[in-house]
Amino acid sequence: MAALYEEFTLCGLVQTQNASDSPIQGIERDGDSDHAVVTDSTRSVTLYKVSDQKPLGSWTVKQGQLLTCPAVFNFQTKEYVVVSDNKVIRVWKDEDLNLDKAFKATVTADVWRVHSAPGGEPVVLFQRGAVRFLDSLLSAPQQPIEDVLSEEEVIRWSTNIVAEEQHFVLFTTEQKGECCLYVQRLNPNTLQKYRLEREDSGASPLSFSASLRDKHLNLLYLYPNGCVYQSVVAARGYVGLEGVQALPRSLRLRLAVGEGELGAASAVALDEAHVAVVGVPHPSARTGKDFLCIWNTNFQTLQAGKEMAGRIHGQVWCYLGKLFVPHGKALSVIPYDCQKSSLASALGKLRHTGIAVSKSSVAVPSWNTLLHGDQPQGPTKIVETRKSKLSRKSQSAQALTVDQVLELIKTGPVDEVQREVEALVSRGDAQDLQLSVGQLACHLVARSQAETAFYTPVALAQLVQTQFLCHSVCPGLLLLSLEHKDYFLCQLCLQLFPDIPEVVTCACLKTFISVPDGDVEMVSLEPDSVSFMEGLVAAGARGGQQNGFSPPLFEEDSCDANHQPKPPQDKKNHTLQLEACPVGLHKAVLLNEVLQTPYSDNFLLPHLKDLDTQQVILFLQYLQFVYLKYSQDVYTQTPGLRSPTMTQIIDWVCLLLDAHFTVLVMAPDAKGLLSNLQSFVKSQVKLFSELGKIESSLQELHKMKLSKDISQYSIEVIELF
Amino acid sequence: MGEFKVHRVRFFDYMPTAIRAMAFNAHTERLALARMDGSVEIFNFTDHYFQEKVIPGKDSRSIESLCWVGGRLFSAGLNGEIAEYDLENLRPKYSLEAYGGPIWTIISNTQGTQLAIGCEDGTVKLFEVLEEHIQFERNLDRQKGRIISLSWHPSGTHIAAGMMDMIRVFDVPTGHAVQRLLVDRGFGGSKSRETVVWSVAFLSDHTVVSGDSAGKVQVWDGHTGTLVKTHLVTKWDVLALSVSKDESSVVAGTSEGTVIQFQFIAPTLHQQQGKEWVRTRTFKNHTHDVRALAEIETAIVSGGMDTHLVVRPLLEKFDEKSHASGLRKIHFPHRNLVSCAKKVGLLLFQFPGQLELWRLGDSDGHGKPGDRLPLERMPEKLLLLKRKGEDHICCSALSSCGGWLAYSTVSCVRIYRLQTDNNNISITKVSKLPKALHSAHQLCFSSDSSKMFAASSQSSVLVIALTQSECKYVHTLKPKSGSRQPIHLMTTSVDGKWLAAANSDCEIHVYNLQKLKLHCIVPVYGSCPSAMGIHPTTNNLTVVHADQQLFEYSIVEKQYTDWSRKLQKQGLHNVWLDRDTPVTHVTFNSKNPNQVVLHDMHMFCIIDQSLPLPDQKTQFYNQMTLRSLSEQERPSHLHAFKICKTFQDLLCVSLLDDQSLVVVERPLLAITSQLPAPVRQKKFAT
Repeated sequence: MAALYEEFTLCGLVQTQNASDSPIQGIERDGDSDHAVVTDSTRSVTLYKVSDQKPLGSWTVKQGQLLTCPAVFNFQTKEYVVVSDNKVIRVWKDEDLNLDKAFKATVTADVWRVHSAPGGEPVVLFQRGAVRFLDSLLSAPQQPIEDVLSEEEVIRWSTNIVAEEQHFVLFTTEQKGECCLYVQRLNPNTLQKYRLEREDSGASPLSFSASLRDKHLNLLYLYPNGCVYQSVVAARGYVGLEGVQALPRSLRLRLAVGEGELGAASAVALDEAHVAVVGVPHPSARTGKDFLCIWNTNFQTLQAGKEMAGRIHGQVWCYLGKLFVPHGKALSVIPYDCQKSSLASALGKLRHTGIAVSKSSVAVPSWNTLLHGDQPQGPTKIVETRKSKLSRKSQSAQALTVDQVLELIKTGPVDEVQREVEALVSRGDAQDLQLSVGQLACHLVARSQAETAFYTPVALAQLVQTQFLCHSVCPGLLLLSLEHKDYFLCQLCLQLFPDIPEVVTCACLKTFISVPDGDVEMVSLEPDSVSFMEGLVAAGARGGQQNGFSPPLFEEDSCDANHQPKPPQDKKNHTLQLEACPVGLHKAVLLNEVLQTPYSDNFLLPHLKDLDTQQVILFLQYLQFVYLKYSQDVYTQTPGLRSPTMTQIIDWVCLLLDAHFTVLVMAPDAKGLLSNLQSFVKSQVKLFSELGKIESSLQELHKMKLSKDISQYSIEVIELF
Repeated sequence: MGEFKVHRVRFFDYMPTAIRAMAFNAHTERLALARMDGSVEIFNFTDHYFQEKVIPGKDSRSIESLCWVGGRLFSAGLNGEIAEYDLENLRPKYSLEAYGGPIWTIISNTQGTQLAIGCEDGTVKLFEVLEEHIQFERNLDRQKGRIISLSWHPSGTHIAAGMMDMIRVFDVPTGHAVQRLLVDRGFGGSKSRETVVWSVAFLSDHTVVSGDSAGKVQVWDGHTGTLVKTHLVTKWDVLALSVSKDESSVVAGTSEGTVIQFQFIAPTLHQQQGKEWVRTRTFKNHTHDVRALAEIETAIVSGGMDTHLVVRPLLEKFDEKSHASGLRKIHFPHRNLVSCAKKVGLLLFQFPGQLELWRLGDSDGHGKPGDRLPLERMPEKLLLLKRKGEDHICCSALSSCGGWLAYSTVSCVRIYRLQTDNNNISITKVSKLPKALHSAHQLCFSSDSSKMFAASSQSSVLVIALTQSECKYVHTLKPKSGSRQPIHLMTTSVDGKWLAAANSDCEIHVYNLQKLKLHCIVPVYGSCPSAMGIHPTTNNLTVVHADQQLFEYSIVEKQYTDWSRKLQKQGLHNVWLDRDTPVTHVTFNSKNPNQVVLHDMHMFCIIDQSLPLPDQKTQFYNQMTLRSLSEQERPSHLHAFKICKTFQDLLCVSLLDDQSLVVVERPLLAITSQLPAPVRQKKFAT
């Protein structure tokens, strides 16, 4: 999810004479992450401290001169650079008070923009497409500047991107309705030209935004019809490819634009999945285009929206978690937050909240991670304490690194692998583990699948217990544990994985149901769940009730009839029959885990059909048993213990019946069960109808009360005796 | 007994005004109480706190303080005048400009020879009390700042005066200020505000007790002018102080609605020396400012913004639980403010400033007991009649046919002719009134509306004949006893032959209207009649007294009836006698001669004289029991008093000629909700 936080105003804006022009030319970063350099459309540059909403300094050129390019900060020399009247480059430092006394150099051609980015030297882009480093240009200001672009080609937008060793200047041009993207690589200098696909309407893009991700330049652009396209250019150029290439594009987002086309709008990519858009109507607001919205391009969903009062100029800048939007008479800063979206949360089946809270650190892999195989990024930076650093250093002397362990897993003997993994898990700090647990688990599973003899239950259990694993990270794990009849590990996985596919859940169910009781009883399982089940089974078996209470004998039509029709004289047996759990204790524990696994019934239903009739009957009997226990009220649920809820049980009964109804109707041994289940339903229906009756009488009471309220006058009847 | 259709009326927006001052006359045991609207009420504490007299208010009159001198009552107010009241004619006798600006307080010395007033201009003025009049004597030394409160030393030589930020002690013979006691200001934000000494008390040992706006009750030594003790009792103001007769106890009333008692006791038992003033008890019977206080022999009487008078008995003065040891709250006046035209279903509501005439609604539905019937016609306000002049209305009457309406103030009587067609109402003032009819304490129409009776001075009754065109003086009925007290109750018989009038001397005179002469005097009973009525068929007079006793007197035979004798012989049920509000209205069922309807504030009662009287062992409130019994069992459990408590805070219960009851309720909550917000709202767990 993404969220927009409370906006605040950085500065007021002076309306320009031409209302369609923005009063702001550009906003750039400073060396300080909290600073913003704001260049207005005429003569002045102001440096703001954003969090304090206050200006730190302001510089103005003389009357008659005009700033023609936003001021930028030279991160290497800590100087500000601006261009006035297209040709005069001015360089000054923070402490300089007067811009006129600052260093000036006049160049021979008109400058389009000066670009600067942290880690790179500022570059100057001329209006005719030539690119120079600022340093080299200032050392020889009068050097000749070549023309790159043809006569009628004009630059519409430009940026520069600095990444590791590479430095790019990107600019788009427009010529007779045709848009081109130029990618200028510096050191060595190469220039590549791409032609953007024409939009059907022939319109040219309203805004561009570029970013570098996994060695590709991503260009995001918005058309007036509301389409947001993305094009990807490999950062490593195709050396030797000459001439103009067509630039393929993919539609990331189609925004509803309401009536007419977008006028002043802009889109900026926040991360791989999120785009901030200004000047586009909000889908749920009826009128107006003055909104700032964050869209998730993967799901095409609106994540956050905010109305910006006043006219929006179609400008938005994004620096370090803050969006800068000039609108109306103010420049607003809106902090935002984009979180990774995940499959589990998107499907809404991410465990019920009680558990989600207690085990909050379950790492759900990013949707993108799954799709694109990215390195998962730690959601939060964990500050290493000195202690953890020290301990890591001291241990790393004798212990193996993750890579070494990975190597070891490929070949090493079981014992050693087990030991090393344990050691690694027990000493590792959270951030490292996050990355390595998945790899370790995958490697272990891969080896186990290859070599039947190789299986390390303890190590795997430990990895699962770190809670950094989930099913999609290591899909083979649960099935492997089933294969090896490692029910403890199965239980752990069912408890801790939020994203087990329905097919695997069904496989588990099938295995658990059909496993002989004897096999399971020996296995040690998670003690809490066992104690819950023991309590449940023991609850009725005590014979008498607490405080000598004995429940009234069940009526024929009540849900509490036993599941085998019995002659009425056999009352004692009747109760006993009820309390016999149809499955063994540990088996029941495992089934409970299945009951509590998140699922989507549409996906589960087809797989449930894999169960055979006997299994279904047994499972239904078990569900009935639990239901009866619950509805008898004999067993009071202990808070804190993991236990299936009444709703979960009913849901599973319904699902099973849905999946196997015809078979069950035909099966003679299911007859009693079915009739009992029917009485379940009957009693539920009865309960609800009773509640319905009560409701109406309660409402009647309510009405009576209301009519009793004090009125000024009434005629009443009383009787005296 | 049967079903009754009840018109439950809540649209009488009666709003009593706040209590401003009170003075207790220990000699006559009468409490005089002044309200914000300038009215004065006299309560007789020997007769069950019965509200004996009401002197109606006046727009221009404001009373800040009351003072008894012997049996004479004086008041002073912010209009700068001192007034003496004529308690026999229920009007101010005279008023006197004091020429000192607004007057904050008036006191008398113990001898009853002098009055002192505290004025806005900083003077304390002494007046000499003469027979029939008072006369200005002299000023004490003039001070800077207003004189808010005064207290005369019992010996008469000194006066303590509460002012802004200080208390002055004056030597009366010389007129000089001899002590200056500086009163601290409040803490915090109120430091900059002047402290008002709202009340002072000068005790015989020269101790001065003061209560001020900073919430302090302070004890001073009047000889040396030194502060002895400070009790901070509230965050708000201490508004009133009252000292018990033996000077062993002082009570203080605060803006929070509490009354705090201080007692002069020794810190340890059996030690007579070293007594000091110790805060002992806190009573909380008010929600708003306690503006007026009186500590009497056995109780603390308090009143204030929340309009009701509270008599809080001091339980240590009682040996056993009795009628007098219960807490009394007096909310409503002990007289009728509602007149009912029984034949046509009209109600007349009396406010101090106006009269409202309402027509009751109607319903043709029938229902089970407990049902609320659908209204076919809503009640309708036919008339709003505003009084003329400054004087408040003191009594009003509506004829039973609804054709005549009359009201009186202390200065004039007005009679109106009402004509109602189906939807139109026309009102005509009767222009020429007889000269003798200038004011009335009570007004009453004969049941055929041909005559009007007006209670005049010295217990006399004027008989006025009403015709379509004019009204004519007929006769003045005069009692033989020569009582000077005002008549507070009057009733006529349906056959037009008899008129009964009761006065504050507890006398009831029965006049023969055909012969226009006194027929008889009902034997005088020790308690004041609070309600009476003449039976329509038997002409028996039913009288209920303030002490809840009930008599039936046969006018024709000039003796108590058998039923009354039986009742007196057997005695009224204790539950009946223990009720704490007087019966204020008696009416009869014209269809069933056995039934008498009467009501007090908390219940109405239908007495069926054909049924056996309850003895002390009988369950008195037996309606619930009867309801649960079967038809066969019921008769054995019936008794004569059928009490209904379904309706509360009753101002009037009457039986219309169509056998439906009219119940006029004024819920106390509705009164409370119209009061201004109290200074301190009680918060949960604070």
